[in-house]
Amino acid sequence: MRIRISHATSYRYDTPPTGVTQLLRLTPRNHEGQYVVDWRIDLSVDCQLHQHEDAFGNITHSFTAEGPFNELSVAVDGVVETQDTHGLVQGAIERFPPALFLRETALTQPDAAIMEFAATTRGSASAGTDRLALLHSLLNELNREITFDTSPTQTATTAAEAFKLRRGVCQDLTHIFIAAARELGIPARYIGGHFHRADGVTAQEAGHAWAEAYVENLGWVGFDPTNGISTTDAHVRVAMGLDYLGAAPVRGTRYGGGGETLKVAVQVEQARQQAQT
Amino acid sequence: MTAAFDEMKGHDGGVRPAYGELSRWLAEIPPDVLDYRRREAELLFRRIGITFAVYGEADAQERLIPFDVIPRIISGAEWRLLEKGLTQRVKALNLFLKDVYGAREILRAGVVPDDLVFRNPAFRPEMSGQSVPHDIYVHIAGIDVVRVDADTFYVLEDNARTPSGVSYMLENREIMIRLFPELFARHRIAPVENYPDELLATLISVAPHSAEREPTVVLLTPGVFNSAYYEHSFLADKLGVELVEGRDLIVKNEIVYMRTTQGLRRVDVIYRRIDDDFIDPLTFRPDSVLGLPGLMSAYQAGNVTLANAVGTGIADDKAVYSFMPAIVKFYLGGEPLLKNVPTWRCREPEHLAYVLDHLPELVVKEVHGSGGYGMLIGPAASKVAIEQFRAKLKSAPNNFIAQPTLALSTCPTCVDAGVAPRHVDLRPFVLSGRDRVRIVPGGLTRVALKQGSLVVNSSQGGGTKDTWVLDG
Repeated sequence: MRIRISHATSYRYDTPPTGVTQLLRLTPRNHEGQYVVDWRIDLSVDCQLHQHEDAFGNITHSFTAEGPFNELSVAVDGVVETQDTHGLVQGAIERFPPALFLRETALTQPDAAIMEFAATTRGSASAGTDRLALLHSLLNELNREITFDTSPTQTATTAAEAFKLRRGVCQDLTHIFIAAARELGIPARYIGGHFHRADGVTAQEAGHAWAEAYVENLGWVGFDPTNGISTTDAHVRVAMGLDYLGAAPVRGTRYGGGGETLKVAVQVEQARQQAQT
Repeated sequence: MTAAFDEMKGHDGGVRPAYGELSRWLAEIPPDVLDYRRREAELLFRRIGITFAVYGEADAQERLIPFDVIPRIISGAEWRLLEKGLTQRVKALNLFLKDVYGAREILRAGVVPDDLVFRNPAFRPEMSGQSVPHDIYVHIAGIDVVRVDADTFYVLEDNARTPSGVSYMLENREIMIRLFPELFARHRIAPVENYPDELLATLISVAPHSAEREPTVVLLTPGVFNSAYYEHSFLADKLGVELVEGRDLIVKNEIVYMRTTQGLRRVDVIYRRIDDDFIDPLTFRPDSVLGLPGLMSAYQAGNVTLANAVGTGIADDKAVYSFMPAIVKFYLGGEPLLKNVPTWRCREPEHLAYVLDHLPELVVKEVHGSGGYGMLIGPAASKVAIEQFRAKLKSAPNNFIAQPTLALSTCPTCVDAGVAPRHVDLRPFVLSGRDRVRIVPGGLTRVALKQGSLVVNSSQGGGTKDTWVLDG
């Protein structure tokens, strides 16, 4: 599939700040089944954008924009060519052995309820001892158990908090999936990216998130608990980390100013071949 | 437990040579004069205002650490042995850090188990594959050393994050010179007053390659509410560098600047006394208001040196500690000159079984704890306390290590009933620069003031002494 993505993060300030510093993880890389045809980042304010690669192999950009300004927008646009790999992630940059992804983080620390959920899932007849089957059970159970709801959670919500609510967004479902998988001794990690919807809806309020879990002999496999599926050619992988914080599209701070309003607009659509004539 | 080795009287009761003068002096000085000097010392400390906060005690905000006026003496020969051992140890710590954040050869060789590093909260994946200026990670180490007999020193702990206590080393000496000039006249004591110069030289030597010819050094503190704030301001003053908080700095185009009345000034080296977790909210804890947003970007671009580097905690982790003899051998080839205390890792089932069977004779410590909090000293603990600890240990064995209870050496110490032996340890401060390792002769001697107590931590009723290394 050829997918066109535009992702704009815009801030408006009632009182202009004197400066804004941000660290971005907005740029996808190539791996099997994903080829970045074209990609660009635009800032509404004049400043230098510094590109690096983080310890996990993600491309980062950092900048400090000097105020005052009433608006700041960070916009990315691009086209990515994808193929269905049945969820297998191969040819991606791997800087760490799978064992690293058994680490607990504050956002993915399992509580007693998640531990019990993980144990029950493992105990169910369909899961058995096969790791891949177990992960699929986890995926299905979570998708059934948790209601997608954007209202009760925010970016600092932990897996345990969201699990208690039985509600949340893709970030929360992914954190719970990761917490449960690690609890079962399966390395798991957080992926931030985009998802092309089959129902024709192209405008989205945010990027997407899902998990990858490590299966011996297969390697990393993508699991999207929000949609209850393995990843397909509708998924565009942008950044990877131990949890949301390691893969967050934008982390930043503002000096001075106030009355900030944030708007995120994401557009994910199938690109026409040879759009320009 | 065997009787402890007394550093003045040895095992047999005869006065050891380094203590000859001091022993004569102690015999000469009338008790009321000694007592008067003690009170004078306390008064001086109060006037200077050297205090520390005890965590977990609501009522005691800031307290004076008790100071004992009887110095602890180390002979020149003993010191040379320690110095060699400390230098070797810190070289190994730096090589280990460079390796675990780089080529990971020690893990591939199976000398240290992978998961002990990768699953360790003290390991910072964010540092992996990032180089640091001049490959030095631990610029300032506080290596805790204990002694059990005339020839045997053990390293008890490697403090490689933000070790504190050096201000006591300096102030204890200053006060001793003021109160006991006659004692100084009777000894040739190696100076410690040059520590700030040595520290500054070390920090300047590790400035990034892109720094200007006269690198600017600052000391970054979490602020007045930190228990070691006094030391931060004391050291900044002695070093002649700015004492800054996160809000005094800004990152622009991956360069760190300090806000001054004359505008922005580039900062090259940050002696930071803020923990990794709080140092940059864009990379670590997003709720931290103490650090500097974007600092890690400047660091990774090679434009600023952090002393100590981020992620050094993996080297002083108590579980990693147990591998130190193998780590020294792996990087430096030789045997470690300073011994490691035999350590049982409770994460390993056989070790745990042994520890559970021998709790009354062991010291059990939390792997990620410090300051003497959350530890069990078997021989000193009640049966109830041991059973409570047993339950804690069983529920989370990964969090604990255990060691035999060492008979720490004792030194003569002023107590209510006169002068009596009390257990001591020693924290020398080891500085690693681009050019060389520097160690000021001496360090901070901590003394357990309670009779029989082995806990020297100031938070647990420990005091300090001036530490004399004799010349020659």
